[in-house]
Amino acid sequence: MKKPSFHPCGNFRETYAEELAIFDTWFGRVSLLVFLLLLFGLAPFLLDRYLLYILNSIGIMAIAAVGLNILIGYTGQISLGHGAFFGVGAYAGAILATRLNLPFFVCIPAAGLITAMVGMIFGIPSGRLKGLYLTIATLAGQFIIEYVLIQWESLTKGTMGITLPEPQVLGINIAGDKAFFFLIFTCLVCMTWFAVNIMRSKYGRAFIAIRDNDRAAEGMGIPIFRYKLLSFAISSFYAGFAGSLWAYYMVSITTEPFNLALSVEFIAMVIIGGMGNIPGAIFGATFITVLNELLRFATGALMNVGWIAGLGLNMAPLREFVFGLAIVLFILLEPKGLAELWRIVRSSFRLWPFSY
Amino acid sequence: MDFFLQLLVNGVCIGLLYGISAMGFVMIFKASSVLNFAHGELLALGAFFFLTLVTWGKIPVPAAFVLTLAGCFLLGFLIEKFFLRPLIGEKLIFVIMLTVGLAAMFKGLILLIWGGNLHTYPEFLPESLEFHLGSIYIAPVYSATLMISVVFLVLFGLFFKKSSQGIFMRSVADNQKAALSLGVHVRRVFALSWAIAAMVACMSGIVLGIINGVNVHDLSAIGLKVFPVVILGGLDSIGGAIIGGIIIGLLETFTGGYLSPSLRDVVPYIVLVFILMVKPYGLFGLVEIERV
Repeated sequence: MKKPSFHPCGNFRETYAEELAIFDTWFGRVSLLVFLLLLFGLAPFLLDRYLLYILNSIGIMAIAAVGLNILIGYTGQISLGHGAFFGVGAYAGAILATRLNLPFFVCIPAAGLITAMVGMIFGIPSGRLKGLYLTIATLAGQFIIEYVLIQWESLTKGTMGITLPEPQVLGINIAGDKAFFFLIFTCLVCMTWFAVNIMRSKYGRAFIAIRDNDRAAEGMGIPIFRYKLLSFAISSFYAGFAGSLWAYYMVSITTEPFNLALSVEFIAMVIIGGMGNIPGAIFGATFITVLNELLRFATGALMNVGWIAGLGLNMAPLREFVFGLAIVLFILLEPKGLAELWRIVRSSFRLWPFSY
Repeated sequence: MDFFLQLLVNGVCIGLLYGISAMGFVMIFKASSVLNFAHGELLALGAFFFLTLVTWGKIPVPAAFVLTLAGCFLLGFLIEKFFLRPLIGEKLIFVIMLTVGLAAMFKGLILLIWGGNLHTYPEFLPESLEFHLGSIYIAPVYSATLMISVVFLVLFGLFFKKSSQGIFMRSVADNQKAALSLGVHVRRVFALSWAIAAMVACMSGIVLGIINGVNVHDLSAIGLKVFPVVILGGLDSIGGAIIGGIIIGLLETFTGGYLSPSLRDVVPYIVLVFILMVKPYGLFGLVEIERV
């Protein structure tokens, strides 16, 4: 039993089990529990539909971002195809649900598995390629998947789109933002829990070894190709899972959203949140989604301001500009991302009045 | 047969354009190993500067051309100074994402100022550049492109072979530390290579603008098509970029002509994946030897 304290005042770890522990003290565990209870207990009942919609989008994006963080932040393989994998998941879920009439809780993991297989195919170049060559290969993957989604009309109905049925869990129809809130955030909690624990296992340590130096990792007996493929598979599973949830949530899907811009958004989430940090991916997803909504709101408001409307300027591109600016500023000023900022804030409270 | 020949000629012409667009990209990679995702936006910026000077400023074409080149030289210099210099020695993903962020910024800025419509330059190429070889017709823009690309190839060849700055650049690309210890001003080399690359990019942007009209979305899409071109040609070979460009151009026009027009835009990427699987460092690229 750990002593009830807010934070250890030094590194007192004596065993490997303590080193691996997720929470140093009971305080961290309790505060997380309280946060989750508040989130599940209050959020869906206090927030209006629009805010719940944003919260749900954050939840879905966070699942995909956590997956991408396993690939980029922990294994060090840069993928520019995550948006396309998200799309593969969405389509896999939609096709399974409409063509085969599979129930919801079969569809979503199955979509994840299908995406994991597609991800492994596009992970094969990682056996021989590293760094920027791999990045370019995944960029090609993005375009090829996008093309297939649009052109394989007998399966994906091309640009027509697919409409999904309402999901059913335990005989209850899930419809509306409130019901989806519980579904999405339960999934997010489970997936985050899973990701955190993968990283504490043999597999997670192998991923980190590959990230830090793949030649050295190979020398120490880690079959790097197999582990890179595994990392691609896990990260695509997350993307596919999130994608199929998104498809259910949006009710109807078309091929448009799954473009390179979405892939870039996912990477931005990982970088802005903090690479190699699971909560960081969730922070990043929150930041990007909220930023997107704020910018949409701001550009809409700017259009209606008299003198700007008089100039005849279209303010919509401002979104793209600010989005790029956010990425650039984070990389230049705080490359470890929001997770590091959050740590600094916490430690400056703890060290007060001697914080630096 | 005529159809085939016309496709061949078109393919080579488009390929030359790709090759020219890729040259600036290769320059940056050669000197600073930065994969520039904002290349398409640099092309677009050059094209729009020129457009503004010619149509709105009413400046004569040659003067506008020189002014645009100078402006882009300065722009490249500033980009390197403010955005890339702090990242020297950082992880690859930060550098890549920084250029992605820059791309979004530039695109937003261009859309904000010039809008997303298609603009065209006034006609200024002389008719005498037109060629008719039998039934094949080569538009004046294409022959101008051919000439420009040959001129720039020769100029760059000479620059890298003969001038001291060019040799400095090659030495920095080869081994930064060794170059530094032998007294090469590495920071200046980076700044200069970005400046020159931005200049080349804007020149290619103008050429593309003459042929297809100036549109942000098209030009930034070409910035992405540069990747298959340079992988084919090898990331660090300027001559290879032209050859890669021609191969990609031919591939595109032949698939567009014989198979299906919708496949046209994806074929370069499919080829790219196969090449990467067979020859990971491109057809003419340098194989990197790594030690732990």
